[in-house]
Amino acid sequence: MKYADEFRDPIAARAVLDEIAKVVDQIGATAEKPVHIMEICGGHTHAIFRYGLDKLTPEGIEFIHGPGCPVCVLPMSRVDECVELAERPEVIFTTFGDAMRVPGTRKSLMQAKADGADIRMVYSPLDALEIARRNPDREVVFFGLGFETTTPSTALSIQQAAREGLENFTVFCNHITVPPPIKALLDDPHMVLDGFVGPGHVSMVIGVHPYDFIAEDYGKPLVVAGFEPLDLLQSVLMVLEQIRDGRAEIENQYARVVPENGNPVSIAAIKDVYEERPSFEWRGLGEIDASGLRIRPAYAAFDAEAKFGIGYGAGARSVQEPEGCACGAVMTGRIKPVQCEQFGKGCTPEMPLGALMVSSEGACAAYYQYGGARAVEPAE
Amino acid sequence: MCLGIPGQIVAVTDADRMMAMAEVSGVRREVNVAPIAQGPLEGVIGKWALIHVGFAMSEIDEEEAAKTLEALRGLGEAQETLEAMAAGDAALEGTA
Ligand code: SF4
Repeated sequence: MKYADEFRDPIAARAVLDEIAKVVDQIGATAEKPVHIMEICGGHTHAIFRYGLDKLTPEGIEFIHGPGCPVCVLPMSRVDECVELAERPEVIFTTFGDAMRVPGTRKSLMQAKADGADIRMVYSPLDALEIARRNPDREVVFFGLGFETTTPSTALSIQQAAREGLENFTVFCNHITVPPPIKALLDDPHMVLDGFVGPGHVSMVIGVHPYDFIAEDYGKPLVVAGFEPLDLLQSVLMVLEQIRDGRAEIENQYARVVPENGNPVSIAAIKDVYEERPSFEWRGLGEIDASGLRIRPAYAAFDAEAKFGIGYGAGARSVQEPEGCACGAVMTGRIKPVQCEQFGKGCTPEMPLGALMVSSEGACAAYYQYGGARAVEPAE
Repeated sequence: MCLGIPGQIVAVTDADRMMAMAEVSGVRREVNVAPIAQGPLEGVIGKWALIHVGFAMSEIDEEEAAKTLEALRGLGEAQETLEAMAAGDAALEGTA
């Protein structure tokens, strides 16, 4: 248990780990018959590997890495559309840096930039707004990407642009929501899931009630968790205790940051600016009903899809994943990253083939960076 | 990109746009405080908040701020965020 020394409070971590081991025994879970716990958020995936929580916890727990890394689930067709927008001479394309290396069919944004497109990495959509103010003769497009944590920032930015009457600022909206893919995974007969560790910062915006269906309709526990390794361990313990006791509840381990009903200002801004799309494509998972957002007609002047006639509005097109890429199978927990034949060969963080290798929150990149988990060992 | 970083609000800079100066790990950065504002905007001064892509998303207490910052440093996310902020500044000038 040497890694536990890295914890901020190693003694507390050991106590929780002991308790986890006890409850796993009480459940009767073993390496052959493990409990399957999905951590939904990519930040949690990163923390699990960084702190080796998958190795510290008993073999009776199998972590399934959820779809909660927005960069990883971005479909290739959308990357292609970004490149298409960015290559227009009048456009300044602004994006979070994370999206730069996601492979598209022709090229990534990084390659498009190298080829001369005016692509700028920004920290905030507010930076994009400021670029639009300073460049009135150019079209500034912001690549709106991310879950409910990020969605309020683009909604508030669009509201601000509307107040100022900016005519050269649009958002290419690719915002997605957490609950629908969870429902899709629970409906998949091949998925075995016994409980969930819920995302902390998404929940800070939406509160805990959007997950109620997981307990009520599917009878599975979910515990909203913070990002400290100890938070994660405590949350795993809370999920295990529910499984042992035959309970299915939505619990909030991260109440010091996550209010039960979320953030009212952010929720109001999202509702004002965005509406649900009938469906949205997720890389590796396919089309999922009501899982994406689009800009309401009232804000069409700030919608890059409407302004440039691109994207879902102009007819969706799905693109095949590259040859040999097993991202879909990894995303649904059917295989571990190391079982993908491209892992570490045709696909590395420097030269990613699939999107799960791009961001430190992607399962493949986390495996690669921190040397994987127990699942690696039998293969060695 | 989804984790955010704790910062302390030190001054209101543009009340119309709900903008304030935040100090994030020794770096000053203008942020939008609409999600945490209640009543007169001056009320946000001195508060700690979780700052995500330029927005103060949620008020937190000072102890939570310290804990979160430490967790983010452990994951390398704090450094990444500060680099993204610097890249954002460069992007305004068209140099990045
Ligand atoms: S190793 Fe690369 S190609 Fe294979 S599943 Fe992971 S990201 Fe996809």
